[in-house]
Amino acid sequence: MTAIPAAERSLRRSGAWIAVSLALVAGVYVRALVFTPEEATQGLAQKIFYIHAPSAWVAFLGCGIVGVCSLLYLFLKDPRLDLLAASSAEVGTVFLTTVLVTGPIWGKTIWGAWWTWDARLTLTLFLWFICLGYLVLRTAVDEPGRRARYSAVLGILGALLVPFIHVSVLLFRTLHPKPVVLQTSRPQLPGSMLTTLLVSFAVFTIFFFALLARRYAWARLREARAQGEAEAADASR
Amino acid sequence: MADLLAQAWAIAAKDLLLEFRSRTAFLSALVFTALVLAIFNFARDPTAVATIDLAPSILWITFSFAGVLALNRAFSLEKENRAIDGLLLSPASRTALYLGKTAANLVFVGAVEAIALPLFALFFNVPLLGVLAPLVLVIALATIGFVTVGTLMSSMAVNTRFGEMMLLVLVLPFLVTPVSAAASMSAKIFAGRPFAEWAPWLKLLTAYDITFFVICTLVFEATVEE
Amino acid sequence: MAVPAGADGGAAALEVAGLAKRFGHVRALRGVDFTLRGGDALAVFGPNGAGKTTLLRLVAGLLRPDAGRVRIAGDEVGRGDAAHRRRVGLISHHSLLYDGLTAAENLLFYARLYALADPRAAARRALAGVALEARADDPVGTFSRGMVQRLAIARALLHDPDVLLLDEPFSGLDQRAAATLRALLERLRAERRTMVLVTHNLDEGLELATHVAIQVAGRFASFGAREGDLAGYRARYAEATSRDG
Repeated sequence: MTAIPAAERSLRRSGAWIAVSLALVAGVYVRALVFTPEEATQGLAQKIFYIHAPSAWVAFLGCGIVGVCSLLYLFLKDPRLDLLAASSAEVGTVFLTTVLVTGPIWGKTIWGAWWTWDARLTLTLFLWFICLGYLVLRTAVDEPGRRARYSAVLGILGALLVPFIHVSVLLFRTLHPKPVVLQTSRPQLPGSMLTTLLVSFAVFTIFFFALLARRYAWARLREARAQGEAEAADASR
Repeated sequence: MADLLAQAWAIAAKDLLLEFRSRTAFLSALVFTALVLAIFNFARDPTAVATIDLAPSILWITFSFAGVLALNRAFSLEKENRAIDGLLLSPASRTALYLGKTAANLVFVGAVEAIALPLFALFFNVPLLGVLAPLVLVIALATIGFVTVGTLMSSMAVNTRFGEMMLLVLVLPFLVTPVSAAASMSAKIFAGRPFAEWAPWLKLLTAYDITFFVICTLVFEATVEE
Repeated sequence: MAVPAGADGGAAALEVAGLAKRFGHVRALRGVDFTLRGGDALAVFGPNGAGKTTLLRLVAGLLRPDAGRVRIAGDEVGRGDAAHRRRVGLISHHSLLYDGLTAAENLLFYARLYALADPRAAARRALAGVALEARADDPVGTFSRGMVQRLAIARALLHDPDVLLLDEPFSGLDQRAAATLRALLERLRAERRTMVLVTHNLDEGLELATHVAIQVAGRFASFGAREGDLAGYRARYAEATSRDG
């Protein structure tokens, strides 16, 4: 019964972090849009990079957390690890979606095509599918212990799959050269753009952890409430 | 170790005996595969693209989908009469259960492929005889790749709502490496390209097979223990 | 709960201490303790949802307990490992058999799984033990419910387990089949096997039992040697179950 107030406090604290990190995100975009020069060849569209690249970073970070928590869960069987993995998968999926939306927008403006099976975007696409599969699996299993075990298995396998997809995509592209030469690697970034980018990365990382903390806190609170109800039902027997 | 293999063999033999008795799943898988191959004939314009260019794609889409659908069989047959409890009650290790089921699935899918391959050669006029050995190697490696992961996934999918759909959703991302490797290698093999050109794919697929076979064997227990 | 070694050769045949299991927030079993000697038969009665099947599955090694332990013939048999499973046989209302295989093939498969010395001979003996040799080569799918239950017993006894667990074994059986089953179980008791029989039907289990437990809401509301008659137990059962909700 004491778990509920503690869980509620966690939730409130995480709310404060979200507010702070949103302010930081807003700040970095003001800097990106107003105070950072435009890139010579790509123009205004290049500014999307400041959302696209950091989103990719935190998305992969999130999926890495899912993999690690899944592995630890199979050894330790601590249900909090399962909740953390699930929260990370959800938040990660949000950022993966951001990457998959900003990527084509950027691609259309600079390459003229919405989707070109670019190596990194393709990898992101498949990671997105794996995360969605993970979330769908969780909705399809009712018993919490089994749900946690199944999710952990999928989490580990999914994490291991990522490097293989990466190599498969690279191999596919080198052996099937595209007619258009695509500048997907980091453009040469002079001083202030690089700074903006690095600040973006830092700010997005903070934002990711704030979202993760909130989602996790909410999951813990829900568990604590369900536990409380189950105990109350028990006590009356 | 000998015990483990003996138990795995007993389980695989039992599965294959059951399948041989009823033959329903096997015949359905065969008919499905033949139909998909036949439908592909209408899904292309032979005057626009040479068949030989499309052949690897046709082969691998057919094999991977037929293969994955066949995987459901392995654990759904244990639901009847809660036979899975009988397996879990016995001293047979969970690893033996996984190995036995995977072996039975490999034989099953392999048999379907063995019959579908000549059919494919027939429908699409693909000269197979000269390249049979490397092609069979590629088919074997790719099949091992998706059957090992698919068998593990099916032991979970069978206990979820909409099991068949769930199996597909879970397994399809894992098909990227086997299918891209197999299709690329098949294309090179059909075109008579030298081994050096498709060697990188072979290494990737072999690494994939070994990695996932080991991982699936290790984590399988978590899908059946409570 | 140490039991001194006696003339009959040793410690308790089956000892369960503090066994507990939860599924998510549901506490299916909240601490069950009992001890049985060779030849004892414990009948566990209780309403649906009391956790009787969970108790059986824990003793069988199909589930890992959250707390507590199971000891068979004095050895702590661990949490559902192979050694544990070798000593236990389970008969449930599901047959755990393959309808597509013959009786002989089913038993041969299980004999191989249990790594028995001569699987074919063991399967033949087991079939003879339940008087099914005549139907050895018929698919189980063609058997009547009573015959399926007999074959399931043969399956459960193949590896000569110390402890036999029965989960609602009489469900779905007609009078004749039930009588045959009762005779079989009496014979097993005479062979000094230890049994735990779970049922919600007092009529079926009481005759065989040497000990009786009433399980309600995950724990034993009562446990002891059988004394008195059916009417007495009916009254006790009604009282124990009315206290719940």
